[in-house]
Amino acid sequence: MPDIYNAFLSRIEISSSVSGPLSGIRVAVKDNISTKNIPTTCASKILLGYIPPYDAHAVELLKAAGATIAGKTNMDEFGMGTTTENSAFCPALNPRDVTRVAGGSSGGSAAAVAGGLVPMALGSDTGGSIRCPASYCGIVGLKPSYGRVSRYGLIAYANSFEQIGPMAANVADTAKLFSVIAGHDSRDSTSVSKPYDLTGLYAGIKGKIVGVPKEYFGEGVDKHVAAAVTAAIDRLEDLGAAIREVSLPSLQYALAAYYVTCTCEASSNLDRFDGVRYGPEPEMNLPWHDAYTSVRKMGFGPEVRRRILLGTFSLSAGHYGKYYVKAQHAKQLIRRDFFRVLTDCDLLAGPTMPNVAPKLGELIADPLQMYQTDILTVPVNIAGIPAISVPCGTAHGMPVGLQLMGRMFGEDDLLNAALAYEEAI
Amino acid sequence: MVSKNEVLHTAKLADIGIDTSELGNFTEQLNAILEYFDILDTLSADDVLERPLVNVFREDNVSTSLPQEDVLRNSHNPEDGYIRAPRVI
Amino acid sequence: MADEETNVIIGLEVHCQLDTKSKLFCGCSANFRADAPNTHVCPVCLGLPGALPVLNKNAIEFALRVAKALNCTFTKEGEFCRKNYFYPDLVKAYQITMGDSPLATGGYIEIEDDAGNPKIVSLTRIHVEEDPGRLVHMGSKERGHYTLVDYNRSGIPLIEMVTEPELSSPKEARRLLSKLRATLEYLDVFDPEKDGSIRVDANISFRGHERVEIKNISSYKGVEKALTFEITRQKNLIRRGGTIARETRHFQERKGTTSSARSKETATDYRYFPEPDLPVIRVADWVETIALPELPDARRDRFMQQYSIAVGHARTITGDLRLAEFYEGIVDVGATVAASWVADILIGELNYRGMALETVTTRAQEFKNLISLVRSKTITDKAGVEVLRVWLDNLYAGDRTETPAQIVARLGLSREDGSSFRVIVEQTLASNHQAIADHKAGKKGALNFIVGQVLKETKGKSEPREIHAMVAELIGE
Repeated sequence: MPDIYNAFLSRIEISSSVSGPLSGIRVAVKDNISTKNIPTTCASKILLGYIPPYDAHAVELLKAAGATIAGKTNMDEFGMGTTTENSAFCPALNPRDVTRVAGGSSGGSAAAVAGGLVPMALGSDTGGSIRCPASYCGIVGLKPSYGRVSRYGLIAYANSFEQIGPMAANVADTAKLFSVIAGHDSRDSTSVSKPYDLTGLYAGIKGKIVGVPKEYFGEGVDKHVAAAVTAAIDRLEDLGAAIREVSLPSLQYALAAYYVTCTCEASSNLDRFDGVRYGPEPEMNLPWHDAYTSVRKMGFGPEVRRRILLGTFSLSAGHYGKYYVKAQHAKQLIRRDFFRVLTDCDLLAGPTMPNVAPKLGELIADPLQMYQTDILTVPVNIAGIPAISVPCGTAHGMPVGLQLMGRMFGEDDLLNAALAYEEAI
Repeated sequence: MVSKNEVLHTAKLADIGIDTSELGNFTEQLNAILEYFDILDTLSADDVLERPLVNVFREDNVSTSLPQEDVLRNSHNPEDGYIRAPRVI
Repeated sequence: MADEETNVIIGLEVHCQLDTKSKLFCGCSANFRADAPNTHVCPVCLGLPGALPVLNKNAIEFALRVAKALNCTFTKEGEFCRKNYFYPDLVKAYQITMGDSPLATGGYIEIEDDAGNPKIVSLTRIHVEEDPGRLVHMGSKERGHYTLVDYNRSGIPLIEMVTEPELSSPKEARRLLSKLRATLEYLDVFDPEKDGSIRVDANISFRGHERVEIKNISSYKGVEKALTFEITRQKNLIRRGGTIARETRHFQERKGTTSSARSKETATDYRYFPEPDLPVIRVADWVETIALPELPDARRDRFMQQYSIAVGHARTITGDLRLAEFYEGIVDVGATVAASWVADILIGELNYRGMALETVTTRAQEFKNLISLVRSKTITDKAGVEVLRVWLDNLYAGDRTETPAQIVARLGLSREDGSSFRVIVEQTLASNHQAIADHKAGKKGALNFIVGQVLKETKGKSEPREIHAMVAELIGE
């Protein structure tokens, strides 16, 4: 099938001879996940020509489960964006309306699934990068609990927030892919031993308490989106869940805490791209700072350079205490807030995105406005808890995502609830 | 407010390069975003940070390194097994 | 001593490679020195995108041993952080090190000051960090202006030990380094024989003047030399009315001088922040389980007590673990004589030939036999030294067949009875009337001349004391 959505950066068909739960299933892999002997670019010119000599842990698991690697998918450069317009290799298009963005940063993975090119894909979620494109393209996407899937081989954008996660056309496939990639990996010091198995998937949602944080229906949430999500929450009640309004007051700090932390970490993570060991060749006869500067100026796109500048500034002498340190304390408040409401509630529900997929070019000029569309997805990355986006009707003719958030390592509750909802509509 | 000079200095710290033509725009955007970050300044930093994980180690065992050709494959014009880099003097 | 010198303040930052099997954050072998460049690297220590560090438990165990031995206070929580800067030897453009939360703080080391009195030098902190790669070619007109890099060293664990600025002379600095080296060796965490396994940054200032940092000195001697040079340079500058600039300087080992590093290099803002890929470490319980071996000072005191040897001998012998073990292996030949042979003779002869101690430690029995020959008066002390020299020369040349006893036999060095030298003594006296006259006139040492002549004539087979007695007898005293 031709890739009319620009979902892939490279298409390959590497089938595994192993027989396993994914035998014969084609899986697309986001291009920030390292694949041995297959170019891995993070949709950046700075990684042009780079061929990893190793597989990410998640890719090893895919191969061991018998999957066919169908290609590497388009994304916002290094995961920095909400639309995949920050790809150095043209945006991915939304299969539901090709004049609109696919969402980001895992826009290629979402478009590949929504466009029917593959049944499932791996994405990565730092501040919503799986859930946002899943919501915009009308598919299912799961951001696992921090540590549940190994980050080994995932090219780091913001280490303390990100996870590799499954994306698929339906909940059952999402759960199946998740069951393959979850588990401990000794090469990631933040990895925990929490495998996932599919046996309880049809447990339903009866008797579960679903909290609805009022902050998820605040100013800036499109009222048609809010209406679709409210209807979905009513549906959960019909299915036997008890609905309760809750509040997470610390969310006022979430976006700032998120962007401070992720730009600080990113600025440091991305300093290694100097062309010496991989990437475009630096001018060897220039002094190193000059050679590096010209490679990096050419190799990074505007959004990446903006975030490197922001992070570098926030970490520099005299600013660290005001930004980074405060962001860590905000993170703690937010985590405590979530843990508190999730003592009484089994799940939380709200919209994934405050809007539907914008038109191509609509948000690109104003970075801060684009950052603000992450307001409903970043909190769970800060708290480390899992969240899933599942399609729940439309607004303005485009898909809307219902976001379910759970306790630490409570993915089974999320998947069971999402499946029950999916089957009921 | 962050000045253009501070943005220039930051760009230098990050070896990122910045053109005079971009400087105004970057400075304006950075200021808008940093102003948004100011909300964090209302928080206290006295709390002890909780640690979900402590003491994660590996045993001191040797594992196989990459073959030299894999190490050199992505570099440019390696010489006698050494990787070539820009000059430092 | 000039006034300025009493006002010198020196502090050291000592980096030693910890002798682990694998690197600090990956399983690559740390035993890289004999191998081709870039053959001990993996995605982690090459800083490939996506690779993650996992902390080597032994590296921390080793550092904890050191911190415990140096009487440090352990921090509640040790935290790794990133020190961000660009340089071709640094694969990730940050070094994983420890910042505000090191493993341990405080502690002290006891050394001797220049007058031989005990002196306590306080430690500021101890932490663990990764070594960068190594630049083997820095660019030249002949070979091209680029740099060549070997990343085999990238990720080797380093322990950094920082002292307070409490040292007062280059010699004290050197003694501190020797003490530190011995301690780390006793703790079995460090191999000083490995090339480049220790690197020192030294801070030096004159009271009331700015501080200068000398970076990356890679030998004990180098530290003393660099500091001595720096004292002279700063002293002259102050005398001429100049001001000392607060700066970083590099030490040129070959020239024995320091030169200013460009200010560009020193103005870096390292943007430290916690390493998000590594959980914090808590060591309180762990430290309790660490049992320390006998350390150099304790062994020195034990040797003095158990073997009744002089403090100087005990200090020299216990200052090197292998030497101390060697000594204890031969001590039954006679503690005092063995101490003297090891501390006063053997070390000098080995150093003179540039030979490693191992040449002898593996042949302890032969060395012991040599001392026995002296003890049993089969050969004289002087002949003993001669035999040692021949034996070492043989070993140096790769000849391991001849034992000391065989050397004695071959060279005919067996001690002979004093009476067999009577003729030589008589002849010597006969041809040195002046010396006898001088002696009788009360000139001290006049007889020594005659004794020396006889010793020379008898080629070391005679004992000076006996010859002296014979001379005295023959001139009627």
